[in-house]
Amino acid sequence: MSTDPMAEIRASFFIECEELMESLQDALVILDEDGGDSETINVVFRAVHSIKGGAGAFGFDDLVAFAHRFETVLDQLRAGKLELTSDATKLFIQGADLLHDHIRAAQSDSAPPAGAEDVLKALEALMGDAAPEEDEAVDFTPATLGFSLDLPGLDDEPQLPVELPVWRIGFRPRAELYASGNEAVLILRALAALGETRVDCHVPDDLALSADTAEQPQLGWTVRLEGEMTEADIREVFDFVTDVCDLAITQDQPAAGEPVPFDHPVAEAAMTEPPAIENASPLRLDSGSIVAAANEDVPAVAAGAAPPDPATRNRAARPESEPAAATVRVDLERVDRLVNLVGELVINQAMLAQSVTEAGMGENPSVMNGLEEFMMLTRDIQDGVMMIRAQPVKPLFQRMARIIREASAAVGKEVRLRTEGEATEVDKTVIERLADPLTHMIRNSVDHGIETPDVRQAAGKAAEGVITLSASHRAGRVLIEVADDGAGINRPRVREIAVSKGLIPADAQLTDAEIDNLLFLPGFSTARQISALSGRGVGMDVVKSAITVLGGRVTISSAAGVGTKFSISLPLTLAVLDGMVVRVADETLVVPLSSIVETATLSPGDVRRIGRSTEVLHIRGDFVPLFDLGVQLGFRRAPASADESIVILTTQEDGSRAALIVDQIMEQRQVVIKGLNRNYGPIPGVAAATILGDGQVALILDPSDLTHPTAPEGEDEIALAG
Amino acid sequence: MTENTQNAAQEIELLAFRLGEQEYCVDIMSVREIRGWSRATPLPFSPGHVKGVINLRGTVLPVIDLAVRLGMPPIEGDERNVIIVVSVNGQTAGLLVDAVSDILSVARADLQPPPDLTADKESNCISALTLVDNRLIRMLQLDTVLPTQQNDTAA
Repeated sequence: MSTDPMAEIRASFFIECEELMESLQDALVILDEDGGDSETINVVFRAVHSIKGGAGAFGFDDLVAFAHRFETVLDQLRAGKLELTSDATKLFIQGADLLHDHIRAAQSDSAPPAGAEDVLKALEALMGDAAPEEDEAVDFTPATLGFSLDLPGLDDEPQLPVELPVWRIGFRPRAELYASGNEAVLILRALAALGETRVDCHVPDDLALSADTAEQPQLGWTVRLEGEMTEADIREVFDFVTDVCDLAITQDQPAAGEPVPFDHPVAEAAMTEPPAIENASPLRLDSGSIVAAANEDVPAVAAGAAPPDPATRNRAARPESEPAAATVRVDLERVDRLVNLVGELVINQAMLAQSVTEAGMGENPSVMNGLEEFMMLTRDIQDGVMMIRAQPVKPLFQRMARIIREASAAVGKEVRLRTEGEATEVDKTVIERLADPLTHMIRNSVDHGIETPDVRQAAGKAAEGVITLSASHRAGRVLIEVADDGAGINRPRVREIAVSKGLIPADAQLTDAEIDNLLFLPGFSTARQISALSGRGVGMDVVKSAITVLGGRVTISSAAGVGTKFSISLPLTLAVLDGMVVRVADETLVVPLSSIVETATLSPGDVRRIGRSTEVLHIRGDFVPLFDLGVQLGFRRAPASADESIVILTTQEDGSRAALIVDQIMEQRQVVIKGLNRNYGPIPGVAAATILGDGQVALILDPSDLTHPTAPEGEDEIALAG
Repeated sequence: MTENTQNAAQEIELLAFRLGEQEYCVDIMSVREIRGWSRATPLPFSPGHVKGVINLRGTVLPVIDLAVRLGMPPIEGDERNVIIVVSVNGQTAGLLVDAVSDILSVARADLQPPPDLTADKESNCISALTLVDNRLIRMLQLDTVLPTQQNDTAA
């Protein structure tokens, strides 16, 4: 746990900002596509408003100032005083991007992004005459808690019928109240149970959120309570805490902002600020319950206020727009710990199963049934834990939408992003590490893939290019594709460059697929001019290695005039995989089940030799390259006698196949992936390691890396040939 | 290893072990544990001194045959041998040695830099020499001995 509570609170504010930005982006996409409805506009407004509120509490003045001006324009839109043209929507999207930049800047304590003023001016120009009242902006300059003060209507709101007695309760807990295990929220709730309440929270002007004041209660409340009750009823609520709080109960006709006597002077402005509680929620001061408590009295306020003003609406609408009660924010480290523990559980269960068999209890039905159930439960737990880590790719795709906007503007092209399968869930780590390679691929597609509008029109295509970003689950892996409808890869040009850069000999005979793959070579760049976007000669090779590190593979397909498609295939999780346990040269190895097509007994008659050392397997009419796994890994010099061997037919993402000779297939089971890279480093042909039931380490193979021509050929090959 | 720059009067604790007829040592602060020999799973395409990997309570731990690393005949692992688990810069590995011999307290001032023997395969693995009871003890430069890290972890 961090020693600085403020840093934690800040961190959770930024997490919330990310969530708000996500809903903001979503709503803007809807606005962009079909104009949306008033609720969509409300979502946009609310998101900006909430960010502003939170930012104010932390004194992020630049962010507040930007959000405020942005919000003002949105407010006009919401009020129907602005027409939602496509140009306006573009500006709003730009505004959202800038808002995001401002959040980032606040997060990293860096200077606010440039260009904000222009966009704001353009946005404000949309409003024309419907300019905001000047004094509102002033409210956001003080360095105090910058709670939104744009609620002029609340205190003037029509009073509720006055037949019922109205109580005014001033309540300020002292430190001992909390120290004795009491909770102010519970008391406020108890009051709310008595009758109609309106709770005003008093936040001191000079509220210092720091470690040394954390123990010192800072907040006080004024509760306006209405209903049939006596003072004794109210006193009863405070029965346990009368000695440890400052309490003032009066029956009166409330005048706006009437101060209730307190030890601490409370700023007049803050006293009349109902949304203080809600705005403080990003602070996460037990916010869940506070917000819940605050929401209880929302209907009273909302019903009372004649025209719903921004903040109350925001407040009332919050529960439906954000069904956050069903989610829990958990530190990723805790989840990872759980993932590791479950991994240990899987290993342990395998060890137990092995000991049971060794102890001769393999015949005992109740033991075996129990063990089987244990196995299934373990598997369920594992799936469950993995699901915690899984997240939809949507936020990642949203980031890409922005990359496309900026990239296409920079090179003067019109490009639209189309996304598919946004809800596809992928391991969080995978998503995080995918952002950089994906960004580069998208930029690459905009820069090199999509043609300029005039070229496109000349080719009979729409001026606006489309980049399709899609995610789907396929055969236990995640497939992410970046496809453009551009001109396709200019293969002669690629070849020419590769030759001129000395990457391939001038007379090399290459297939189309091989030429396409040249793009992944380090130091390759086809752009004739180095643009600001891409084309510095680092790129696709970095993309490829970033994806390889994730256990993924990237392939290209391209058709001239139709477009280029990059496909990234990734493992669903980085923690477990289904594998086939095999034995080769007295070593135990695991072959990922996802890459196995079939297994068969090797009959010598099906093996054909090509040249001196290349063998192919004739299987169902196809010739498949054949490798002896033991030899390939350097475990033995020559293939074992072919009689008893078994071949495993493997396949790769690009559809190529290879046959591996193994000595024996042991079993098929789920194994926990243990990385080798941290303590050792990558090994060709080996994806990772695992621990088997007997406690021994077994290597998990990467068949495609192993059988790929680029796999390093050890001395063994030479020894075999000689 | 910045012993020389630190207070020379300070004492440093060393774990000494035998490799054939020679005695070596490592800073005891880098030693995580000492465990008996267990069979290592060989790694393909690995240098000769990498014995393989073992399971250290769920962690896959590379084991280095220190004798081979220092240019001596390999240790044929059996019950008498031990694996010293060391950790340097977040990287953990096991060193297969003949036997652990001693724990020594040595003043930093008594650690001498090794003579420049660039021709010797082991010289860049030795960070200092010291004499204890007339025994020459060679201090290992651990980060040179451990397998080179090429990539960040994937899992």
